[in-house]
Amino acid sequence: MDINEIRKQFPVLDQQVYGKPLVYLDNAATTQKPLCVIDRERDYYLHENCNIHRGVHYLSQMATETYEHARQTVARFINAKEAHEIVFTRGTTESLNLLATSFSVLCSPFSVLITAMEHHSNLVPWQQMVQRQAGKLLVAPMDDNGVLDLQAYEELLKQGPQIVAMAHVSNTLATINPIKEMIRLAHQYGAVTVVDGAQSMAHLPIDVQDLDCDFFVFSGHKMYAPMGIGGLYGKTEWLEKMPPYQFGGEMVDTVSFEKTAFNKLPFKFEAGTPNVGAALGLETAIHFIESLDRREVAEHEDALVSATIEGLSRIEGMRFIGQAPERSGLVSFIIEGIHPYDLGTIIDKMGVAVRTGHHCAEPVMTRFGIPGTVRASFAVYNTLEEVEVLVKAVERAANMLR
Amino acid sequence: MTIKEIQNQIIEDFSMFDDWMDRYAMLIEMGKECPLIDEQYRNDQYLINGCQSRVWLHAELKDGKVYYTADSDAVITKGIINLLIKVFSGQTPEDILSADLSFLDEIGLKEHLSPTRSNGLLSMLKQMMLYAEAFRELKTEN
Repeated sequence: MDINEIRKQFPVLDQQVYGKPLVYLDNAATTQKPLCVIDRERDYYLHENCNIHRGVHYLSQMATETYEHARQTVARFINAKEAHEIVFTRGTTESLNLLATSFSVLCSPFSVLITAMEHHSNLVPWQQMVQRQAGKLLVAPMDDNGVLDLQAYEELLKQGPQIVAMAHVSNTLATINPIKEMIRLAHQYGAVTVVDGAQSMAHLPIDVQDLDCDFFVFSGHKMYAPMGIGGLYGKTEWLEKMPPYQFGGEMVDTVSFEKTAFNKLPFKFEAGTPNVGAALGLETAIHFIESLDRREVAEHEDALVSATIEGLSRIEGMRFIGQAPERSGLVSFIIEGIHPYDLGTIIDKMGVAVRTGHHCAEPVMTRFGIPGTVRASFAVYNTLEEVEVLVKAVERAANMLR
Repeated sequence: MTIKEIQNQIIEDFSMFDDWMDRYAMLIEMGKECPLIDEQYRNDQYLINGCQSRVWLHAELKDGKVYYTADSDAVITKGIINLLIKVFSGQTPEDILSADLSFLDEIGLKEHLSPTRSNGLLSMLKQMMLYAEAFRELKTEN
């Protein structure tokens, strides 16, 4: 795998900020897009743009076909049984809102179990819906390393939550949760399982049938695809049972002023005109990921993480937040006596783009008693040289701030 | 010194440095010298909340002039608020409210001026102006 060749496909990386080469280490927020993805979306608007599923004319039929082909590609990528089990959404957040809203109608009472390491997207929708139903939001705790307490998790399952929603990979702690085991346990207690794959899709192979999860949600923009597209995988039996989330065109079968019969899966959940161009970009992003040796990519990203931890741990007062043995893609840290915001501001001036703050996971920060962290997160195009720049920048900033 | 004179002084101080690192080093120094808010006001009521760092600001009127104190958990933020305190503390509410703020553009800290930047200069500035406004009204009532 030639990283330099890969980097050539990401023109955005080849630029200077404040006169320094850009070192982009904010991939958990969003990855950059390869040329093939950008070209695919552009081509759609240049040659293929049309509203889908409703025209008899040539372009409309072609657009419908390519859009449905993209759905098949997503289904194949995560090994869904059927293409209609993939609902296109704007991303993880919309997928989770769809689920929370739909299940709050379906279940009464309505209680949900989440983990202590969820980001706001996999917390707030559930919390709000549970509150409307006077149900409970249960939270499975984790230890100081950011490892989920499986025993406590099982105890909470005994309280009978209808839904268990879990991060596959924590966006702040990098922890890879033992989701297969968590799903098995949840099913034992009759709960429906939702996996938040926002941080895992780009890094880990996903097989929803092997996992046996009832739902899996993800964002395209965190896996080299355009913004504004993502997905919800759901087992057919559940998608059939669930009431629609949004109403309007496209999701209907027959409509009169008195009543509406809804369309079949997956269209029942896709009200209005979808983001066709972005869906095609997502398909191309999947092709891009598949064009690489995924094991080699994982090894490369692990090497970046190890080098980062090794380099940073030489800095006085360094504290890593999240030290689970099973981890993926990112490193979160703080330095004793230095605010993450100060550190991020200074290293930004050295061309290093990292995320600082609570990473939309405030309860996680509260759990560790810190105002936030500095987070470096990696993608396939990052290099060991960039890790060196990061470590040097952090070292220099720490000296300035102390 | 008038607000204008202080502003010119600050522009001069900052213009001595071409390098951003020196400017930030100066901001950090300023952060360490910030007139600290009294412990009793270091609470949510005086918090200018944002997503990145926390800033507490208090002001009082003495002999017709406004005196600000502040604190922040981030030292650069504290430097920025102290920069503003240097400009406005010890001035009358009227002078504060009518001050020309173009000096902010001239000192090379532009990135802190973005309205979307949480806890940016602008929200601190707004809070300082609100104090001045309140004190001015208080004076006219008396």
